[in-house]
Amino acid sequence: MRNAAAEAGRGLPSVEPGMPTPAGTGLSRRSFLERSAGMALAVYGANRLGLGALREGVAAAASGAPQRVLVSIFLPGGCDGMSVLAPVGDTRYAQLRPTLAIPPSTGTPFAPDARLRWSDPAGGLSTLHGEGKVTVFPAIGYDHPDQSHFTSRHFWEVGATDAHARYGWLGRYLDAAGADDNPLQGLSLDSDLSPALAPARVPVAAVERPEDFDFWVPGVDDPVKEPMLEAFGDLGRLATSDPVKAGARKVATEVDTVRRQLAPFATPDGNPSYNSPVTYPDSDFARRLAALGAMLAAGLPLHCVTINSDGGFDTHSGQADSLPGDVKGTCDAVLTFQRDLEARGLADRVLVVLWSEFGRRPENGSGTDHGAAGTAFVIGAKSSGQMIGEFPGLATLDDDDNLRATSDFRAMYCSLLEQWLGFDSAAVIPGASSFDRPTLVKS
Amino acid sequence: MPPTLLKKRLRRKHHRQHARRLRHARRHRPRHQDEQVFVIEPPAQPPKPKPKPKPPPKLPPPPDTTHRNAERLLWRAGFGPRPGDVDHVVSVGIDAAVHEFVYPTGTANLIGPEPRDEDGNALAPEDAWGHDHLWWLDRMVRSDQPLAERMTLIFHDWFATSNDKVGSQRMMLDQNATIRANALGSFKDLLTALTQDPAMLVWLDGIENRAGDVNENYGREVMELFTLGADRGAYTEQDVRELARALSGFDADWVDGSGWQNFRYVPRRHDSGSKTVFGQTGNFDWQDALRLLLENLYHASFFVTKLWGYFIPTPPDGATQAALQKLYVDSGYGIAPVVEAILKHPDLYADRALVKPPVVFNAGLLRMLGRGIDTSAWSWLGDMAGQHLFLPPNVSGWDDSTWLDTSTWRGRSMMVTYALEPKHVDPWNGPDYDPAEDAVTAVSRALVFTGGPTLSTETRNTLASFAGSCLPGAMASWQQSPYRAMRQNALRHLILTSSDWQAS
Repeated sequence: MRNAAAEAGRGLPSVEPGMPTPAGTGLSRRSFLERSAGMALAVYGANRLGLGALREGVAAAASGAPQRVLVSIFLPGGCDGMSVLAPVGDTRYAQLRPTLAIPPSTGTPFAPDARLRWSDPAGGLSTLHGEGKVTVFPAIGYDHPDQSHFTSRHFWEVGATDAHARYGWLGRYLDAAGADDNPLQGLSLDSDLSPALAPARVPVAAVERPEDFDFWVPGVDDPVKEPMLEAFGDLGRLATSDPVKAGARKVATEVDTVRRQLAPFATPDGNPSYNSPVTYPDSDFARRLAALGAMLAAGLPLHCVTINSDGGFDTHSGQADSLPGDVKGTCDAVLTFQRDLEARGLADRVLVVLWSEFGRRPENGSGTDHGAAGTAFVIGAKSSGQMIGEFPGLATLDDDDNLRATSDFRAMYCSLLEQWLGFDSAAVIPGASSFDRPTLVKS
Repeated sequence: MPPTLLKKRLRRKHHRQHARRLRHARRHRPRHQDEQVFVIEPPAQPPKPKPKPKPPPKLPPPPDTTHRNAERLLWRAGFGPRPGDVDHVVSVGIDAAVHEFVYPTGTANLIGPEPRDEDGNALAPEDAWGHDHLWWLDRMVRSDQPLAERMTLIFHDWFATSNDKVGSQRMMLDQNATIRANALGSFKDLLTALTQDPAMLVWLDGIENRAGDVNENYGREVMELFTLGADRGAYTEQDVRELARALSGFDADWVDGSGWQNFRYVPRRHDSGSKTVFGQTGNFDWQDALRLLLENLYHASFFVTKLWGYFIPTPPDGATQAALQKLYVDSGYGIAPVVEAILKHPDLYADRALVKPPVVFNAGLLRMLGRGIDTSAWSWLGDMAGQHLFLPPNVSGWDDSTWLDTSTWRGRSMMVTYALEPKHVDPWNGPDYDPAEDAVTAVSRALVFTGGPTLSTETRNTLASFAGSCLPGAMASWQQSPYRAMRQNALRHLILTSSDWQAS
């Protein structure tokens, strides 16, 4: 990996004028490089290794044309789609949900289907939908829905109804289309890696906050610190026949690369060195989206990004107390992220997909049990803004009294791969030819 | 604010405070950066050269197989060796050592100083955030019956219950005691105890499950995750619904200010109608439900496969699998006999490593260093490394196949930082570090300091080459000692973050 990074560094016209400017950031590629260099020097001191090490990280960040970015936001636990897009015009809705039904007087209309209304907490999505920036799947799922969190989530993560698949659908895409030396191409902005990104081959990364990726070791400073940090990578690059150890070592090499790439995002005190042009809500989830906006604006080579929303959507009980806040927290932060991208001139380059492993049972007590079809949204300036599949209505439920799916998550993935990432979905999604290709991206 | 968010925020704040404290300490350490080096006066008294530098010994030979197998057992059945533990296992042999692990005499003793926070206060495990984690970590570090703690950890993962929803550290600790009491006993007793355990009844909505308003949460997970396994043909969706009816009837009272109280079984909340589960029909109640689960033909294989997976990364061969299932059923769902057989099995001593769960890694660091719990940092460091006790990510527990990624690797590195901090060699204050130490001696000393772990040849060689190249070619006399002190600190950190220490 070190060799590959060095190659990329050699190919880089490092700080020459005339390089493309990341649109709207107010920070040219050149000034980003210079700023990075300055900050990294402040971090590491002008020792004999700092500059060379830095160049490798920045090289990867700056070479090549900016790629499109797909951001996958997961609502863990099975989000109740009927609390996001409420079927207030369906006569059975109030019957099935005597306590949890959303009153028809609240929320905002959903133009494509008069039976549905955006709930108040989903106002952020409603706003973006009104601007034509949200493609809506009102009842997405798959045949023979599995009501286990883990199995159903696994299906969505691997992009197949295969309980034994080992790699994520985005991981498989990166294996086929990604780079051998850029862990940030697949980034979980979380404390651990999303299974959807799990690759067989290429490096990917998990980072909770870019400003935090520093290493302090007591009693180790210049001139020993930089060689020690390099040795993390050296130890990682050692060959071994044990696949478990090989996996552990691979992570050490990724740590080495990501450390170099993220150095510019922290002040020497470990605080964020970036700003947002908009004000984000005060939540972990929103802070991670703010960091993502800044990393994209700085030209880091991100391609597929996953984030888990805050909140717990497994609302078996007490749904009315917790769900509105969790839906609002998610939707408000997503709206702010979109405004951030627009302010930075990055909106044409980023598409968000918002999903959960299933919806919930129409019939309820104080909460709702695991259901089948749920909702998903594809959000962004380039989103087609269409409705994909119809709301199936509550008059006819499936054999388990759950909402029937009118669209398949694998069809959504095929369209995202082909229309957004420009890649043949047959190489990623098993049975791709058997699925529709809903229009998710504006032509 | 939802309690989850509040907790996350507190945790973050806590982490930030610690990070600030450390960074403050770091900034106030003298002569920290190159540019300062040139303006700061050399020490008034240049360090005196040692009269007779010792001749450089060779790297000691790597530990032999007996030693390595002893280490393996101590890590897989417990939380790694304390000084002297490896020698003990080597002297009594693996079989006798396994017997000591599985059948200890009397109650467990906690050896060493009582756990404290960084201000010297006793822990408040039922009340203070993170102190539940510290309380249990302390048992892992100090108990003289480590397998009981390891099995409790395994069943905490197996029956993963999170305080995120339970909302009571006291109830979580009560559940922990229940698991510990049954961890090497009968799985039937364990399952029976946990089905009516208050934390579990809240976590999987047992108290919401009543006649006429069936809640399937426990019914589903007890089959999928606790006894039978998904996608094996062991049960149908209809079985989930019917079993949930059989499990109905538990209740509790919510008391504002003190939470759930008065857990009990209320016969009129039980759905007393006829149910059909696994093709058998009857007026089943919750104890019948557990019996049906344990008698299900898929249960013994599920139990053995799952338990084996906690100890050995490759699946057992067919004969071993069958023998273990027989052992389990013949012993009346006995856990200890199966664990004993697994710990003695040659596969446990094969080459393939297992990544240590973060709390095992953490407890092992402290055991190796002979250090007790003297800071609350371990709770948020556990978060960073991907494992906060009593807060598993979901009901399927932690995913053992994904412990390591760039984020959790950094968390483990931070654990090593915090573990080594009190004993690090201060390059600038304190006694001079050996100014003539050569690279090989430096590595040997770092290996001794870290308990003489078995490292692969390639790792040892890379450490030696780092030690030989990390210092500037020419050093002023005043740099000789402090830079070598830094090298020693770096070597210790590199050993303990190496793949050979993280996975073994």
